[in-house]
Amino acid sequence: MATSSSDVRDLLSRKYEAGFYTEIEQDQVPPGLNEAVVRLISAKKQEPEWMLEWRLRAFERWQKMREPKWAHVHYPPINFQALSYYSAPKSNADGPKTLEDVDPKLLETYKKLGIPLEEQKMLAGVAVDVVFDSVSVHTTFKEKLAAAGVIFCSFSEAVREHPELIRKYLGSVVPQGDNYYAALNSAVFSDGSFVYIPKNTRCPMELSTYFRINAMNTGQFERTLVIADSGSYVSYLEGCTAPQRDENQLHAAVVELVALDDATIKYSTVQNWYPGDEEGRGGIYNFVTKRGDCRGRNSKISWTQVETGSAITWKYPSCLLKGENSVGEFYSVAVTHHRQQADTGTKMIHLGRNTRSTIISKGISAGHGQNAYRGLVRIAKSAENARNYTQCDSLLMGNQCGAHTFPYVEVRNATAKVEHEASTSKISEDQLFYLRSRGIGGEDAVNLIVNGFCKEVFKELPMEFAVEAQKLLNITLEGAVG
Amino acid sequence: MLKIENLHAEVDGKPILRGINLTVPAGEVHAIMGPNGSGKSTLAYLIAGRPGYTVTQGSITYNDKDLLALSPEDRAGEGVFLAFQYPVEIPGVNNVYMLKAAMNGLRKYRGLGEMSAVEFLNLVKTKTKEIGLKDGLLNRPVNQGFSGGEKKRNEVFQMSILEPSLGILDETDSGLDIDALKIVADGVTRLRGPARSFVVVTHYQRLLDYIVPDYVHVLAHGQIVKSGTRELALELEARGYDWLSADAA
Repeated sequence: MATSSSDVRDLLSRKYEAGFYTEIEQDQVPPGLNEAVVRLISAKKQEPEWMLEWRLRAFERWQKMREPKWAHVHYPPINFQALSYYSAPKSNADGPKTLEDVDPKLLETYKKLGIPLEEQKMLAGVAVDVVFDSVSVHTTFKEKLAAAGVIFCSFSEAVREHPELIRKYLGSVVPQGDNYYAALNSAVFSDGSFVYIPKNTRCPMELSTYFRINAMNTGQFERTLVIADSGSYVSYLEGCTAPQRDENQLHAAVVELVALDDATIKYSTVQNWYPGDEEGRGGIYNFVTKRGDCRGRNSKISWTQVETGSAITWKYPSCLLKGENSVGEFYSVAVTHHRQQADTGTKMIHLGRNTRSTIISKGISAGHGQNAYRGLVRIAKSAENARNYTQCDSLLMGNQCGAHTFPYVEVRNATAKVEHEASTSKISEDQLFYLRSRGIGGEDAVNLIVNGFCKEVFKELPMEFAVEAQKLLNITLEGAVG
Repeated sequence: MLKIENLHAEVDGKPILRGINLTVPAGEVHAIMGPNGSGKSTLAYLIAGRPGYTVTQGSITYNDKDLLALSPEDRAGEGVFLAFQYPVEIPGVNNVYMLKAAMNGLRKYRGLGEMSAVEFLNLVKTKTKEIGLKDGLLNRPVNQGFSGGEKKRNEVFQMSILEPSLGILDETDSGLDIDALKIVADGVTRLRGPARSFVVVTHYQRLLDYIVPDYVHVLAHGQIVKSGTRELALELEARGYDWLSADAA
């Protein structure tokens, strides 16, 4: 019989589809990190003095810190002096004002990725703030948002135009010294997105940003700050793909969310950085700090993530539930294939009364992939009647991968109710054969099973993202069954 | 027409089938009976293309196509359908959604366009009634939380939707009470026609009261030791399998 598992493996072998490289002149700072580089970055961005000082304080802190080693991931030491800390497409120096002003090669790149701006404009009212390497080159739908009083712009622009908001909120959720990579980001962050939703305003469209790393040896340090003022609502989508190359690239972003009284922030991510090849060469190191602060009463922050890319993922989108009745949610699908490693999860810190949190985590391991869920649920003394529900499922494909679960639960208030459910399962030959015998091709059969497993998370994603996420998952897991 | 010639097959080096010869012309129903461990299920799996078996000699052709060279999904495309003895559960995958994917997979193989959602749902509605499948099971994950009888009924339901030209029933009667057995058999009988053939694998004669076969074959030690008409099944019920096994040995 020819239909062995190796057949399925062959059938499903496909290459990383976003793997191409755009030749564009780069305005790049030579490798290395010192105070002069921090000053240079700040100067290039024409930042005010207070911003430079903030960066320098962070740099000072970073120098005294050590890389965290507790995660269940393994990689050779990173030489932070070998990385370049700033890179911008040169053609952007004069600042394109409309789509016509954008470098055609950039547009071509997005087309290959299937995100043509032209069409995207029309797509269900999605505004796209595209970050190509480190500088935002294009922002759409600005006027419509402005009419609603919503501010959605690049971080650099926000520093210049809205200093009062930046000074008030920057670092208020993720302090400079929070962790090694957050400190590094605070010192050298290049650009990112800024969102402010005014009081009692429902953001008229889904906000979206596409990130893309495209310069050799350039660490990318994005900074995102989303503020939802009292009674407002915003849904923010973040998706990324990166072109293929051999060197490991460092990506250390910081995302801060602030939800005031009765405000809701929904933050969705589809992450598809280059994962490295089948032998584990190359790929992005994705060391991200994401945290949301439910500062106000009845506020809600919901994280949804689909992590299919990166060689190493180190990421714990978290919620500080300070406001009374505030709600935190975390829905996650994390996939590791070939030699990918992921240590991801969340922290739900219950401080306020009647705070509630939900964690649904789906980990998929294939090939030699290692997938760890690490989650903390902390119920503080002050958190009267706090509730948490955690469900943590792992799916194994093949017998050389690993799934690990590290749940931490700390309860300091006797009125708390904390539930934790966990399961581990395997895609079986029997399931595959069953579907194939019905006429469903091997690849589609795997996809069907995997998408079934991830259903609870996908249904949390905005419609157009859910479709993209399924597609990504299918591409990522090609050749995974053996 | 299904044609099996001198089929020898083994699992992990252990011979299971030792020279099966079987021809099932279009429109006929052939029952395969035999004691446990005689190779009945192996034969069913081999026709459908389950991985894990090694064919050492012989051939299986269907309408002159070499089935052994085809993947399970392509065999389905050629018209083969296996109703499983133990249908597997697939969490999170909606029963109807799976069936639609199957339907469109088959149509694609046959060079047809996708069936429209309306047309498909109408088909589902009609067949649901015929098979007596509870509505609630349609949108549940495939076989998950189904009772034994519901699983078997679901197999026949899928078969009636996908309308294969060759249906293989692997002990579909086991674990069914008499009422469920009748419904399942009715579903199969309704599908009978000059262009459609069935291989019905069963341990007991009982099923053949409802699905009346054209021929009955007795499998023992990996070989067909006796073939006959329906009367053979009745004789087996009366005398058991031992007298045949003794002949073969």
